[in-house]
Order: sequence, then C-alpha cells, then structure tokens
Amino acid sequence: MADTGLLEALLRLLEKVDGGIDSQDVAADLGVDHQLIVGAVKSLQALGEVISAEQKSSKRWELTGEGREIAEQGSHEARVFNAIPDEGLPQNELMKMPSGKVGFSKAMSNKWIRLDKAHEGGPRVFKTVETIEDTVRDKLQLVQKGLSAKLEDKEKNELKKRKLLSEVTVKSYWITKGSSFSTTITKQETELTPEMIASGSWKEKKFKPYNFEAMGVAPDCGHLHPLMKVRTQFRQIFLEMGFTEMPTNNFIESSFWNFDSLFQPQQHPARDQHDTFFISDPALAHEFPQDYLERVKQVHSEGGYGSQGYKYDWKIEEAQKNLLRTHTTAVSARMLYKLAQQEKFTPVKYFSIDRVFRNETLDATHLAEFHQIEGVVADYGLTLGNLMGILHQFFTKLGITKLRFKPAYNPYTEPSMEVFSYHEGLKKWVEVGNSGVFRPEMLLPMGLPEGVSVIAWGLSLERPTMIKYGINNIRELVGHKVNLQMVYDSPICRLDS
Amino acid sequence: MPTVSVKRDLLFEALGQKYTDEEFDELCFEFGLELDEITSEKEILIREQGGEKAEGASDVVLYKIDVPANRYDLLCLEGLVRGLQVFKEKLEAPRYKRVSPADGGEPQRLVITEETASVRPHAVAAVLRNITFTQERYESFIELQEKLHQNICRKRTLVAIGTHDLDTISGPFTYTAKPPGEIRFKPLSQSREYTAAELMSLYKTDSHLRHYLHIIENEPLYPVIYDSNGIVLSMPPIINGDHSKISLNTKNIFIECTATDLTKVNCVTLIITVCLFVCFNTFFILFRVEEAEVVYPDGRLSVYPELAYRTETLSGDFINKRVGINESAESIAQLLTRMCLRSEVSGEGDLIQVEIPPTRADVIHACDIMEDAAIAYGFNNIVRSTPRTYTVANQLPVNKLTELLRQDLAAAGFTEALTFALCSEEDIADKLRKNITETRAVHISNPKTADFQVARTSLLPGLLKTIAANRKMPLPLKLFEISDVVLKDETKDVGARNNRRLCAVYYNKSPGFEVIHGLLDRVMQLLDVKPGRNQGYHIQAAEDSTFFPGRCAEIFSCGKSIGHLGVLHPDVISRFELTMPCSAIDIDIEPFL
Repeated sequence: MADTGLLEALLRLLEKVDGGIDSQDVAADLGVDHQLIVGAVKSLQALGEVISAEQKSSKRWELTGEGREIAEQGSHEARVFNAIPDEGLPQNELMKMPSGKVGFSKAMSNKWIRLDKAHEGGPRVFKTVETIEDTVRDKLQLVQKGLSAKLEDKEKNELKKRKLLSEVTVKSYWITKGSSFSTTITKQETELTPEMIASGSWKEKKFKPYNFEAMGVAPDCGHLHPLMKVRTQFRQIFLEMGFTEMPTNNFIESSFWNFDSLFQPQQHPARDQHDTFFISDPALAHEFPQDYLERVKQVHSEGGYGSQGYKYDWKIEEAQKNLLRTHTTAVSARMLYKLAQQEKFTPVKYFSIDRVFRNETLDATHLAEFHQIEGVVADYGLTLGNLMGILHQFFTKLGITKLRFKPAYNPYTEPSMEVFSYHEGLKKWVEVGNSGVFRPEMLLPMGLPEGVSVIAWGLSLERPTMIKYGINNIRELVGHKVNLQMVYDSPICRLDS
Repeated sequence: MPTVSVKRDLLFEALGQKYTDEEFDELCFEFGLELDEITSEKEILIREQGGEKAEGASDVVLYKIDVPANRYDLLCLEGLVRGLQVFKEKLEAPRYKRVSPADGGEPQRLVITEETASVRPHAVAAVLRNITFTQERYESFIELQEKLHQNICRKRTLVAIGTHDLDTISGPFTYTAKPPGEIRFKPLSQSREYTAAELMSLYKTDSHLRHYLHIIENEPLYPVIYDSNGIVLSMPPIINGDHSKISLNTKNIFIECTATDLTKVNCVTLIITVCLFVCFNTFFILFRVEEAEVVYPDGRLSVYPELAYRTETLSGDFINKRVGINESAESIAQLLTRMCLRSEVSGEGDLIQVEIPPTRADVIHACDIMEDAAIAYGFNNIVRSTPRTYTVANQLPVNKLTELLRQDLAAAGFTEALTFALCSEEDIADKLRKNITETRAVHISNPKTADFQVARTSLLPGLLKTIAANRKMPLPLKLFEISDVVLKDETKDVGARNNRRLCAVYYNKSPGFEVIHGLLDRVMQLLDVKPGRNQGYHIQAAEDSTFFPGRCAEIFSCGKSIGHLGVLHPDVISRFELTMPCSAIDIDIEPFL
C-alpha cells in the first residue's frame, strides 16, 4: 500500500473539487511522480467505494529539443536575419553560423533577405525588409504554454514535420468521489469472525470485497460413474412405465436358454466360436426342464405349433454347452418359461439392464462385454402397432420423439424391426434399438397360451451414454482405462434434456 | 448382415427408373434393406491403400446395400432388382421350375462313393442350360458365389459350391475321397498340375484360400469330384479344377454343392444359386434349369434341384390382429404378392392362400407371412397404439440394494469405477498372490486374448488396474465398485452363479487402513448392522495372501464371514504396476438382502 500520507493528501485534494480530478494534475499539484499517484489510486480502490477511478488516455503536443531551443532563441531564419548587419554579410560567413544553412533557405523563401552573387569580394547577403515577425517561434511558445489548441491542425502537423513538435499519449486516471468517500483511511476486514458477531463490531467494519470472478474450491467428494448414472435413469424409466426388473445376475448361461429356447438353430452363426465365449469349466449345464426340452427339440427338428421347424438333427450336447450369455434375452426366456408354468396366465412387463458378452473384434465402439437394455411385454392380443406405441412412449422419455421402423431379421422375433430416430445434430436417421415380436416357436413350447403375444426391444447402454457424454472411444468410458477426470467432471444425467 | 455392392447405374437401368440417393435410401428402408454406403472402387482403394494405388481405378458409383441375414435371394444385383420390382408391382415374381433333359436324354448324374463318409459325405447337383453371360452378369455371378460362401455356407464349412462349364466335361460324375498324395490336377489360376498335398502348402500363403484349408487339412482323405474321363472338377471346399472353369462363353453349367451334413442348408444353397440364375436369364426363352440325379453309396437316388412350391392358408383376421391393421383379405393377398409370396383369397371366409417359393426357406410359420404383409403395408403406416396391459413394477432386490449403496458410497467420498467382468487368470490369481485352483473361477474355452480367460472372481484387480491407468491423478485415489463376480457353484443348473460384491480401495502415500475401516463402519451403519460379536458385525485378524501379513482382518456379520479388509501385500501393489501403499475392502452384500 502506498504511504498513508500520500493517500490522504490525494483525498483532501479530491474533497475540494466538485467533479473529479486528473491524476496527472494531482501529480503536478503534489509535486510527485505520476506513478506514485497511480499506486495511491489503486490502494484506495482496494478499500471499497472510497473513490472511483476511470482510466483514460489523452494526447498532448510537446516541443522537441529543437522546438524548445527555437522557443527560446527564435527560429533559424529569424536568427539568420538578425545576424545580418545593414551593410550585409558575406555568404560564406553566414553559412558558418549554427543556423546558417536552414535559416538561409527559409529566410530566402520568406523574402526577408537577398543574395548578391556579383558583389565584389564574393557573394553577399543583404536584408530586404526592416523588421520581421517570427511566427514559428510564436507558435511554439503557445504550445509551450499549453495553448496548443489555439493552433490549427495544419500548423501543428507542419511543425511536427519539421521535428519541432511531437504528439504524446498520456495515461492517467479520472478520479471522482466514491459512494463512501472519506478523507480518512480505515483498514478493511477480510472475513466475518465469531468475535465480530458476538461483539457486534461487524456493524462498524469495512469488509474487503470478494473476487467473484475466481472459481470456488472443489468440494471433497466421491462420484458416480457416468454409465451407471445413465443406467439409473433407464431403470427409472422402466419403473415409471410399470416394468418389473428381471434377475439377470447370471452371466453364465447354457446354450439351451441362450439359443435353443429362443428357436435359434444350432448351426446359427451366432453360436460360432468366433462370436460367443464358451466355457471350459464348468463346460456343461446339467439340469433342464425335461418335457420343455423335448418340445424345444421337436420344434427345431420337426416343427410343430404351425411351424415347419428347421429340419435338422437337434443335439442335446449342443444345448448343454455353457457360455457367457450373448444377450439378456436368455433371462427373458427363463422368465417367460416360468410365467408359462403359472396356473393362470397373467400379463407381465419385464425389463433388465445388465452385461452381455460377445467374442467379437474390438474397436473404438465395441468391447467384448457391454450392457444390454431390454424390455418385454407379454399379454393377449398384442400387435405390432402396440410394440411401436410402447417404443414411442419409451423413447419419448429419453427425449426422442421422431421414430421410424425398418424391417429387419432376428432369428427369434418375427416381425423384427430396427428402431431409427432422427438425430437433429447429424441431420439423419440413426439406429437406436432393435425390436420384435417373439416367434410362436419360442413361446408355444414354453406352454404360453396360443393368443398371448410377447413384444420386446433392446438397445445398448453404452451407445446412448457415449452420445450423452460426448465420448468417442468406449475404453475411456468402460473398463479400467477410464479417465477418472472424466468421471469426476461428468454432469448428472437427465435423458430427456 | 451381408452387404451387396452394386453399380448404381446398372441397378437403375435394371430397375428401369432413376432415383436420387435419398429416394433410393427410402425405398430400401421400406423394404428392409439399408443403403449402407455410397462409394466407388476408387474411393475404396484410396481409403484402404492410399491415393497412389487408386490411380486409374473406376469412378463408377457403387451402392453398398445391407441385406438381412435371412434373405439370401437378394444377394446379387439380379435378385435385388427382382425383389424390388415385385415390391413396386412392376414385375411378377418369377416361376422356378426344373425340366428333364431335352429330346429325352439322360439327366446328368453325380455318384457319391462311401469314402466321402469320413470327410464330407453329402452332395447335390443341378444343370443350367443355354446361359447368356455378359461381362457384368459374369462378374455378378462370381460375386454371388462368394457371398453365398461367406454367409449361408458359413465360410464353406457347411457347404461349398462348385460351378463348371458342362461342355468341357462329361458325366456321370463321381464324388469320392482320396489320400492327398493321390489327387493331382491343375487348379484354377495355376499353370501346372499339383498334388492335393502340394496345393495345401501352396495355398498357405494365399490371402483368400488359406482361410478354408483348416476344413480338410487334417483329414486322411480329401474330397474330390471327377468326370467320367478322370478329369478333376473340384476339390471341395478348397478349389475347382482349371479344366472346367466358367468363362464368358460358357453356355451350359453343372453345379455341385458339397457339405459335411445333409442339412437343409445344402439344398437351400443349390436352390438359391439356381434361382438367382433364373433372375439372370429370365428373358432368354431357351434358358432352363435341368434336373440332375445324385446316387448315394447305399444306392438311393435323388433328383435335384428341389424347386418345390408350398401353399399355406391363413386368415386375413390373423394378419390384421397380429399387425394391428384392418385390411380386407383381398388387399392382404395383394400385399403378400408384392413380397414374392403369390397369394389369393380362397373364397372361404377371409382365408388367404399363400404360395411360398423355394427361395424363401425362411418362411416356416404363419408369422413369417404376417411379417411380409406388415412390410408391404409399410411398418411406418401402422397406427401406433399403447397396449392396455396393467402391471405393477418391482425392482430386483439385489439391484435395489446396489443402487442405494452406490449413492451413499459416493456420498462417503469414493468414486465409482466400472471394470470388466472378464479378465486374465493372472489378474485373479498370480497378481493377487492366489492359486488359480482356489479361486473357483469359471474358465473360458475360446478367448482371443489373455484378457478374456476367466470371469472375475474378485472386483479388486479391476479397481487396481483402474488406479494404474490413472496414476497421474492427484492422491488420494478412493474408488469403489458394486458389481457381480462369478463363482463355480454345483448347486446351479449351469454350475456357476453370480455374486454381488462391494469392493473399495484407498491409494495414497500412507496405507490408510483406518480410512477403509471407517468405510466398513459406514457401510454397516447404512445397512443398519451395529458393531458387536453376535447380532452385529466385527472384524478379526486373519491371514490372506493378498494382504500384508498382520494387516488383514476378516469381516463377520451376524457370525458369518462376508469378506476381508486390510493393507495390500507389497507384491500385489507392484504386480499391478502401482507404487504407493493401498488398503482395500471386499465384501459380499447378498447376506444383507
């Protein structure tokens, strides 16, 4: 802080004026360097509303060194004129004067003097007028007195061209009284203390203002993973729509429930080693509902329930093979089978969000494991139009209202539809999920009544999360290579905004 | 999903109409296809091999179209055009039929010997007469075979197709199997004869054929087809002979399909090949599909190709009710006809008779017919309605508990990690200083890399790997995960079960056992379990090889062990490429359900 004496001197000066004062003038008045006054202004500003100061810059004309010399001793041409006696002066002598060369040509062009080249004894210079008026000197003297405004711009520029004047920029403050102006200085408090509250002294204190531009201190906290935040929201949506959560906590599944029960033939490419992780230990499942298994075998190999079947030699050995489930639909199959065992059919709505596994080639958007979101509705007389209607409601809750459906192929649903939504950012339709009506060859062997339809849809949890949080590489989101800073910084998840 | 690549201008010429890209995309979408990419050979080369290689390549616009996996009949330009034209009601679906040889000749015959039984015991055959190839059709035909091999033939493991210029060979043909040393012929695109054994080593480096070698490589006998003069037609599923190769001038074709199984697939492949040929040649009056006989080792004789049409009868009401529309039987019949399922109203009530062509092996139930009606009606023209199904929602208890605990663990200052359920044996055993046999781990038989050898038996390795990948973050690192591990369990039908666990780690310059211990106390408080020996929870010193000796305790709740906590063993820390002390807790939360 600048010394208090100077601060108070400044405040006293300010007290006397009506409007404000310029810091340059203050410096001149107090006879101190302008920089000290600038320091004093800043110190006073930090005290709150004592003063207010506005930085301004102004331009001012100043004499150059040569200009000052002229203002004192006259212009070169005047000095030349005054040096010439009535009888004249030899030119070579005149040229020896300091102002000789410049003064001679200027005086000549002003027609104050003349040159007699033919004079005996060499060229000689004579006055041509009695008196002269030294306007250059007069103008410079005006500027020196601070009256440069009296000169026209043209005149000033001419003098500038002769390097007699220069224009300089001056930075200064325009200082006015603040809302709590006072000529005495009180020290400001940084924070409110318990003592001040107890004594009431806060009432008299001045408090140092806060810098509201700075960031706050980050709270010491834990964070939820963004994918799990999105999962929570999807769970919430299903629960809002009256869907009951399925027990998907069984990553290991038999081929029977993962494929056969869904009427997926045993030679289907998805059952290939290249697509599915099979289990070497425990390699085989050993317990199936026997009569149901027989019906599954029959519908695959011979048909039935209105179906031609696939007409191949269905093998129990293939159905027994354990694997990491490739979809949560394996659990849906178990649940629908369980439902069919009820004495009387009751309509159900099921959902699940859990991990599934594919022995696929990995890239920026595909991992060997991902989360599948699945919804299933079983009731009498459900139509394809119902499936589209419920998908419309589901996606509306995600903030997606423009949907269209493309015919697709799925081994266990018929009809099958891919769900596309219009992406406003990309300006095109993008696939957002898959859906369909479960085949009768899947439902009837379970024992579900003939008129019951089961509609279902699925999507991945990762894809909407990556879009939501702007993540391009799935490894930055899922798995140990996650960027924890991203986890720390990720906002809450509201899917519909 | 198979992709067919077709030249746009040829496609439009065949369709007799020009479309903008958007219009064609729309048509595809409606029909259940996807215009995946618009490109050119040049663009593809630039992308795959760089600008230099692409110089001089064709600029002709290519459409890459995704075809659903069940629609093998759309796998080439001709089949695609036929399907779309019928859909647009511009053409009628073709009739597929086979004929006996002209002027009362004998059908071609393929005799299967019993030696094939051990390696590739099945074969079917057909003959095509009076083909007219153009350059484009020829290329399309070659590409079609390749597409079929990749898709329905499952990379030739199920079926291999061989096509031959019938005028260069003479039947009857013999399908047999011989030791590799005894098979000798000049294969396609080679200039001399090789033995089968030589061919196998020759093709080891062939970027295309090497993928098929494994199918017969280790067999003592290789399959081979000869004509009556001992000329080799093919050595399925690897390569055809050069002698009978198809050219632009080929007029008559002999097709053989061989397979390991007499699956339906085998017959379907033959049918598809033949039928797409019909689409190629539909305008040539002389073109015909001629039957061929196959004689089995047991003397049985079958005639192929089986181009059988089947008729199904269903009611208009069934379709209306399943789709959610209200159309007359007549208009439904018209919708189905547009999908190549020729249909008419039978006259009895609203019954519709639907004829299933041999190409549509995927139509096996009334629901498949219903789908085609819905597609022709237009999925997006169906009124969307909300089902009136009334149900009350329930959460799965273990997930409900997990959701609640996650929130409060984050509130306790720990950050949630999400790690893989699959990992290497090393992660759950060596790195944790455990023996793999004591882990009760489920093992994967076909992992592509070590990262997928086992299902995790602990959440700890994933959390430690997460820390290792985030060593630049400011300390301390406090992570948790509540998720499933997988353990062998003989009481379950599949012999394994998931177990929901809670794991948390504290990583800092000091071990912070008290922090992790405090977290246990907080979790127990949240679960409303009080400290105490009997009805409450307590910890007691224990030895566990993952933890530093003397710095590990076992956690008991209501007298039952639920997990461990402690300071990790320095070897564990360094095996996960970490440098600071670390404490951890790992508990089973299922007892608290």
